Amino acid sequence: MTASLVMWPAAVMIIGGLLLPLLRERLRQFALLLVPLLTLFLVWQVPDGPVLEARFLGFTLALVKGDALSRLFATVFAIMAFAGALFALNQNRVVELAAAFCYAGSAIGVTFAGDLVTVFIFWEMMAIASTLVVWSTGASARGPGLRYAAIHILGGVLLMAGIIGEIATVGSVGLGKLTLDSVPRWLMLIGFLINAGAPPLSAWLPDAYPESSWSGMVVLSAFTTKTAVYVLLRTFPGTELLIYVGLFMVFYGIIYAILENDMRRILAYSIVNQVGFMVTGIGIGTEMALNGAAAHAFAHIIYKALLLMSAGSVLYMTGKRKCTDLGGLFRTMPVTAVCGIVGALAISSFPMTSGFVTKSMISEAAGMQHLSVVWYLLAAASAGVFLHAGIKFPWFVFFQKDSGLRPPDPPWNMQAAMVLFAALCILIGIWPEPLYALLPYPVDYVPYTAGHVVFYLQLLLFSGLAFFLMLGWLKRTLTITLDVDWFYRRLGPAIARRLDRTADAAWARLKNAVDLGTRSVSSVIYSHHGPGGAFARTWSTSAMAFWTTVMLAAYLILSYL
Amino acid sequence: MDDHWLTRASTIKGLWIAFVILLTATVLADFVVQHHPYFGMDGTFGFAAWFGFVSCVVLVAIAKALGAFLKRPDTYYDS
Repeated sequence: MTASLVMWPAAVMIIGGLLLPLLRERLRQFALLLVPLLTLFLVWQVPDGPVLEARFLGFTLALVKGDALSRLFATVFAIMAFAGALFALNQNRVVELAAAFCYAGSAIGVTFAGDLVTVFIFWEMMAIASTLVVWSTGASARGPGLRYAAIHILGGVLLMAGIIGEIATVGSVGLGKLTLDSVPRWLMLIGFLINAGAPPLSAWLPDAYPESSWSGMVVLSAFTTKTAVYVLLRTFPGTELLIYVGLFMVFYGIIYAILENDMRRILAYSIVNQVGFMVTGIGIGTEMALNGAAAHAFAHIIYKALLLMSAGSVLYMTGKRKCTDLGGLFRTMPVTAVCGIVGALAISSFPMTSGFVTKSMISEAAGMQHLSVVWYLLAAASAGVFLHAGIKFPWFVFFQKDSGLRPPDPPWNMQAAMVLFAALCILIGIWPEPLYALLPYPVDYVPYTAGHVVFYLQLLLFSGLAFFLMLGWLKRTLTITLDVDWFYRRLGPAIARRLDRTADAAWARLKNAVDLGTRSVSSVIYSHHGPGGAFARTWSTSAMAFWTTVMLAAYLILSYL
Repeated sequence: MDDHWLTRASTIKGLWIAFVILLTATVLADFVVQHHPYFGMDGTFGFAAWFGFVSCVVLVAIAKALGAFLKRPDTYYDS
């Protein structure tokens, strides 16, 4: 296919999204399913190398540039947009659907961007569109959405500063592997990591995503963090710092999820946890590790969306999100429960599911590099994933106690989206070769050896034993756990209020003092110049004559001195 | 109302028995399965079993300890 025939996949998705509000309901539902499929087709028409270029401020921007890594991420983004749209067919907030398509389109735009400027433009469009997805939920999402936007604007500003610095020092806008040796590159890395949900600002994710609608969080879970993973794979592979950042994210996600009561916040923390595995893989930086990170991002988007569809269905049918209010739903929501369990097994990398064939590559890469501490921590984290998401989510939502709720399964389209993704989780798990063929490097890895399977079964099943033996400790309470967002939700406002009070009091004192001052000045003037004052009195003629004589006499004496 | 077969005490007991058999089987599989350890300890008998179990206990203990300081009522930010 020649370059001139390539259509811009991102543009099709975004324009499709912008047209959605103009369509009538039937046509809109048709467009919701057609536009992502058309985009998926176009993604596969993009050949290797730059195919669409533009001039901007003297630089040549590669708006569309294809290679294996681009196509891998763009493919799963388009698949995600399709399943997300199918799940959201009965979502009547059209703003959310339009924003979600612009969001997905911008994410695809990032994956095909061949230069830093194009990356930045789509990066910011994602921030705006995703904020709209959060905000479209209504008044309850206003605060979280604003905090979400603030953090992403901060990340965007740092990224822009980094890109401008890079252009100023290196003189090129090219998107390629960077070594972390200058301030602009640090700024870019920080900008990317903020979107990945890395510390110290990871709180934006569990703060904002769970406040979106039942369908909104499904799409939100896929794009922002995974485009960050994609860009990190391109720019900073093998950067050792990322190993430690990734491991921190892995354990942060597990520990906060263990303490959490809101089912969708449990899953939000586990996004940070899973992206941590990918960031660790990028930090290890061997071909096996980078393949593992890319493959895990692909698998993760699907099983995380599946888990959130399951949680979204429960929210849609019951209006409840807290584990303390839920339980026993397996009786009347069998499809939702089974699909949720498939997603939970996949996130735990159970053999025969997608997580097993992707995550184990990252561990294997750590082992092959003889990073023993990293390997042991990843193994412990794999056990922890089963604990915090793999069992905790299905157990507390679908089993546990009988909450008395008897909602049926959700409408057909939501079930269809869940079944589609559950099938993909299992299909990739038992037949990983097609996914492996899409990876950026040749794959020399066999997931299904007897040793691997037994290792993971032991690890996971004994984690399950630990879960049920410690159920008493894991009992859900009506609590949240403080995070870094406390600094800008509590400490910051408290300091601002204190400053406000101090400034108010100081202002009042100053005003008083000035008032008092001006009053005393005016009273002095009044006493001298007022009706009774010495300077304003009418004097008698004799007194005037007397004082004039005194003045003249004084003048006479002075002139002789 | 709560008469689903899955919630009966006899079923739960059966599930526990099946679970323990499964756990034992995966550990016993170490006798026949060839592991390819990277470091040494990771290839020892039943390593993944005890390591997974202990990891979870430690993680839950850390979470409990952290929770003692950082847990707040879920209406904390509403006021």
